Amino acid sequence: MANKLISEMGLPKSIGHIFAARNIITAKDALSLTEFELMELLDVGLTQVTLAVALISEIASPPYQTVQSLLEQRMQNEYLTGHLPTHLKGLDLALFGGIPFGALTELVGPAGIGKTQVKKEGADGLFWLQFCLKMSVLATLPSCYGGLDGHVIYIDVESKFSSRRLIEIGLNSFPEIFHLEGMAKEMAGRITVLRPGSLSEFTESLQKIKVSLLQNQVKLLVVDSMAALVSGEYEQGPPRQHPLGWHISFIKSLAEFSRIPVVMTNQVRSRSATEISNYSFQGEKRDDCGNFDSHLVAALGIHWAHAVTIRLVLESRSGKRFIKVAKSPMSPPLSFPFKITSSGILLLNDDGIEMSGPQINAIDHQGHSDIILS
Amino acid sequence: MEVLKSPLSASQKGKLISAGYTSINLLSSVSPSHLALELKISEAEALEILKTVSDGSRSESTSTSCTIVKGAQSAWDMLQEEETLVRITTSSSDFDNILGGGISCKEVTEIGGVPGIGKTQLGIQLAVNVQIPFDYGGLGGKAIYIDTEGSFMVERALQIAEACGDDMAEYSRLYRKGFHSHEVKIQPKDFLENIFYFRVCSYTEQIALINYLDKFITDHKDVKVVIIDSITFHFRQDFDDMALRTRLLGGMALKLMKLARKFGVAVVVLNQVTTKYSDGSFHLALALGDSWSHASTNRIILHWNGNERYAYIDKSPSLRSASAPYSVTGKGIRDSPSNNKRIKNI
Repeated sequence: MANKLISEMGLPKSIGHIFAARNIITAKDALSLTEFELMELLDVGLTQVTLAVALISEIASPPYQTVQSLLEQRMQNEYLTGHLPTHLKGLDLALFGGIPFGALTELVGPAGIGKTQVKKEGADGLFWLQFCLKMSVLATLPSCYGGLDGHVIYIDVESKFSSRRLIEIGLNSFPEIFHLEGMAKEMAGRITVLRPGSLSEFTESLQKIKVSLLQNQVKLLVVDSMAALVSGEYEQGPPRQHPLGWHISFIKSLAEFSRIPVVMTNQVRSRSATEISNYSFQGEKRDDCGNFDSHLVAALGIHWAHAVTIRLVLESRSGKRFIKVAKSPMSPPLSFPFKITSSGILLLNDDGIEMSGPQINAIDHQGHSDIILS
Repeated sequence: MEVLKSPLSASQKGKLISAGYTSINLLSSVSPSHLALELKISEAEALEILKTVSDGSRSESTSTSCTIVKGAQSAWDMLQEEETLVRITTSSSDFDNILGGGISCKEVTEIGGVPGIGKTQLGIQLAVNVQIPFDYGGLGGKAIYIDTEGSFMVERALQIAEACGDDMAEYSRLYRKGFHSHEVKIQPKDFLENIFYFRVCSYTEQIALINYLDKFITDHKDVKVVIIDSITFHFRQDFDDMALRTRLLGGMALKLMKLARKFGVAVVVLNQVTTKYSDGSFHLALALGDSWSHASTNRIILHWNGNERYAYIDKSPSLRSASAPYSVTGKGIRDSPSNNKRIKNI
């Protein structure tokens, strides 16, 4: 409500006119100035300015809700109490039912792009792709099968989306639906794929999405991958403003106002030797956990990590694969070993293993020689 | 003090100066009616000018003379007040210890840390803990939760509230057998009913809301904690004009301090971290820069130390610099399990 018009706020006429005359039109204009600046600019006394600012503030500030009413509202209005189940039992339990509506869920893992990487990490990279496709299928399924019965917008930056693979997953996981006449077409028809080629195109498509979110029954937004968008656009030296700063807040607000789950992938890069994880008061000690070559970090840095609500990490340790809940407001940091079977991902343990310390954010990749896709 | 620097509107200043009143001292013996005549303004306006001007000069004189001034307090009184100051427990006794009993009311406390360290968890925990009734050593207050990031999770708040209710039931069962046998357990619902949740979507809304809080708390006197999660989010994006940012943040910091003093509420500001270059190397540091770091009275950094989460007091006028372990469990913030009272003094 930052752009609320001051003329509509019912200020005393005399001072309302002065605001208008000085081209202070919206609440944002007025509140970006201090009270003394306003006095200078408007040429009125302190008491009048204080009163006006108080009134503008009151009208421009958002309304409150008690958490109880928020809870009741969500319980009532939202199907599946506001979560899209992943159908991985342990993970769903840890996340209170699945990927939450209205928040960002980040999937961190190797990208699986580039010629040299395909052989080595391709399988892992495709893991999250498969996960995203599966979530897309789930969101389109009719509600009697546990889906959201909606449309999906899939922003495919790296051109990895494969319709064939999507139908395959559908056929494998929900044969009873996908074998029905015309169902595959119907389901796949509900998934809209966008392929922006650059950051600016991405920005544009985000703005278009906002409109279609209002019009269509979109129930899931997938961005695969966020890191690929900026990897080519970083200039030298630390930029003053994060290149994705605007996108972070925009996507968050999209998720929130439409109350849909947003899933985005992030790549990993190897951790550089100068990587910082200490505050100045902690001294110069380096944490020696893990050897450096197997140590990876998420490609988008700390600023980005603050913005996501849930972070899931895929890692492999001594030949085993794990899905980790690395950041979540509701779950303790858990790690789930899993394997891939012909019918998809299978968690070996639904309770998960609780992690502590740097292990939570570390991304291990050792011995990923086994092929996980059937 | 010069008229030019006084908090008057430009046209009033102009009139004063053109009438020869360049310094405020010259106004000290002028009557309102005289001034009104001289400046060709209404008597009410002249009175207003004189009032403003004398307010200004009075506050200036405090620095030179030690007379008893309205609004000031002696150091002794302040000590008395400090000792009776109420604190909100964090639910971790080690953490409380280094804080001198908990997050103190009447002060602004800034808490920062890397993503996933438990800032939001601590925020929710405080919003619940502030409601612990007097009988249980709490404040029996209400909470305002300002969410700028959208990271507040209703389910999590419910979980923490349930655990807190259970703990209180346990406490009364252990320590007051037969005493209040009729006592009913506080339901999680009641806890959640007393948290006022504001969702802020832009920095303008954030400023507006902080201005409005004054009125809101006047209407809701039992609010004892204001949690802002996080102060940083909207100020880290969409800002080209860094000078404007500094100014707005400064203004906000002042208003928060005023709120804390005026209503005796604890203001807890959560902050993100960034990387900072100093002394030839990069370090983690709390975001928003150096000028912001003066804004809060207490500054706590949450960080990883080996396998444990630690809270470190980075800055505080009354507390020693110390660190203590804590953990985030399903029930909320608790003591670190492996800990055996090893608080380090630095």
